[in-house]
Amino acid sequence: MSAAEERLIQQSTRNAWLLSLPALIVLVVAASGPLLIVLIYSFLSPGQHGNVIWEFSTDGWVGILWSKDIFSEEWMLADAHLAIFWRSLWLSLLTTAFTFIVGFPTAWFIATRPPKERALWLFLITIPFWTNLLIRTYAINEVLRKEGLMNTVLMGMGITDMPIEVLYTQTAIFIGMTYVYLPLMVLPLFAAIDRFDMKLLEAGYDLYASRMQVLRRVILPIVKPGIIAGSILVFVPSLGAYVTPRVLGGGKQMMIGNFIELQFLQGKNWPLGAALSMLLLVIVMVALLVYVRYANKGSSSHG
Amino acid sequence: MAERAFHVARLPGFATTAIIVFVALYLPIFTLVAYSFNASTSLAIWGGFSLDWYAKAWDNQQVKDATIRSLIIASFAAAISTTVATMAALGTTRRRAFKGQTLIYVAINQPLMVPEIVTAVALMIVFGLIKVWLTSIGMGGLTTGLGYLILAHSAFCIPFAYLPIRARLEGMDLTLETAAADLYASPWQTFRRVTLPLLAPGMIAGAMLAFVISLDDVVITEFVKSGGQDTLPTYMLGQMRRQLTPEINAVSTMLLGLTVVLLTAFFLLTRKKT
Repeated sequence: MSAAEERLIQQSTRNAWLLSLPALIVLVVAASGPLLIVLIYSFLSPGQHGNVIWEFSTDGWVGILWSKDIFSEEWMLADAHLAIFWRSLWLSLLTTAFTFIVGFPTAWFIATRPPKERALWLFLITIPFWTNLLIRTYAINEVLRKEGLMNTVLMGMGITDMPIEVLYTQTAIFIGMTYVYLPLMVLPLFAAIDRFDMKLLEAGYDLYASRMQVLRRVILPIVKPGIIAGSILVFVPSLGAYVTPRVLGGGKQMMIGNFIELQFLQGKNWPLGAALSMLLLVIVMVALLVYVRYANKGSSSHG
Repeated sequence: MAERAFHVARLPGFATTAIIVFVALYLPIFTLVAYSFNASTSLAIWGGFSLDWYAKAWDNQQVKDATIRSLIIASFAAAISTTVATMAALGTTRRRAFKGQTLIYVAINQPLMVPEIVTAVALMIVFGLIKVWLTSIGMGGLTTGLGYLILAHSAFCIPFAYLPIRARLEGMDLTLETAAADLYASPWQTFRRVTLPLLAPGMIAGAMLAFVISLDDVVITEFVKSGGQDTLPTYMLGQMRRQLTPEINAVSTMLLGLTVVLLTAFFLLTRKKT
């Protein structure tokens, strides 16, 4: 490589960085940078009225699983915290599983429509995806509440005499999260199924495979990257959900997101809140790394 | 052949499930919209068609203020994020791979990966520190204002603005720009007269997505706003703790309408490209 060429490449790289710089500055100031401060705060001592005292302490991290007894000052396993983590994990996994169970047939249906119709069906899935999450959660509230659509229909049909109280239960959060995150499952599944070669099905059937065998042995293994992408896209926001458990769980059924808020507002234990935020971030990053590894392994160029 | 392949692709129960999913997806939204036209005060009983709740929402000063605030923040955030995202897209596409390219991609997409609640508390802490510092150096006047919300929104809107702009740029080859340069256009003239007009649809699409995303944000706004800085979504979130009236439905329906209009425009705009 000649010196002139090398200079040209250097110049190109410098331009690339210069052009990206304004975006990077905004992101470092208002997105990445603040995360570092949260990490620092997780190792400080809580102030009396919220905020922190600049003294090193690991209590924030210890406090994730243990809490100090008010009288004996002994650390005890915090059952209340464990219940919140368990609920977050369980509801997120359930949401992921259920969005897959109903999302897969939906994605398959869209992908097997004639091309002209397909765009319309896709648009119908995309609209809720871009619609305000709060409004969608509130819409579920409308359906589930005591005098809401669900109970009106159930009682009208004589299935039940008394309204079923679903609102402010874990079931309500599960229904709400399934509803709001479903498009995140359908879209990557659709992308994977869309690339699926339908001739493989004929081959399967020609070899006397049953429908179930074709589904399990041919379709699912091939669209696996889409399944993993969809699962992670649903699992990650479910785990960090804040609005849905707040509106549909009514403050009683907290998830990690609400638990973090509690530490910063009423709980006045900022280091614990910071440690919980970092923990959530680490879990999400691990999930995303798994995704990236699978996405690279798959032969697909999308992603 | 196509007929047969289609038949082969049919799996039992799939179409039924899909139709149920589509109904379930839209039924709650339609219910919400329908009840915004309910004449009755109660959310439970249908009292006939009426536009009263829209009139009520229109007369509600808090709703008006929150709407204006939301629109101001979304406009600034869309403008800022689209500008910096366009520059970043020009920097990261149509040139040979360079050192740190992945780092820039990761940084730009970072708001999509970090849970919103984590960013929200992080910004609350950092902006709190900045405000304390500003007060201590006698610039307490800068601790209020919408600047903090605009900055926060601009950051998380960047990936959404960047995506369509980058997609548009990748579809443009350098032939026209090279031709312009051959005809002695200066780099600025080339950019102004060739690149920018070609890129405009991508930029408009990016700005629209950024606008919608900013307009919809609840969590980050809830933690960053100071007192009396409610946006439409945070105002609605606050109301949901109280006695609900169809006024919330009316406000939701208006916000919903705006989103649908913007999205339809976005789809038409990006479809034209192909």
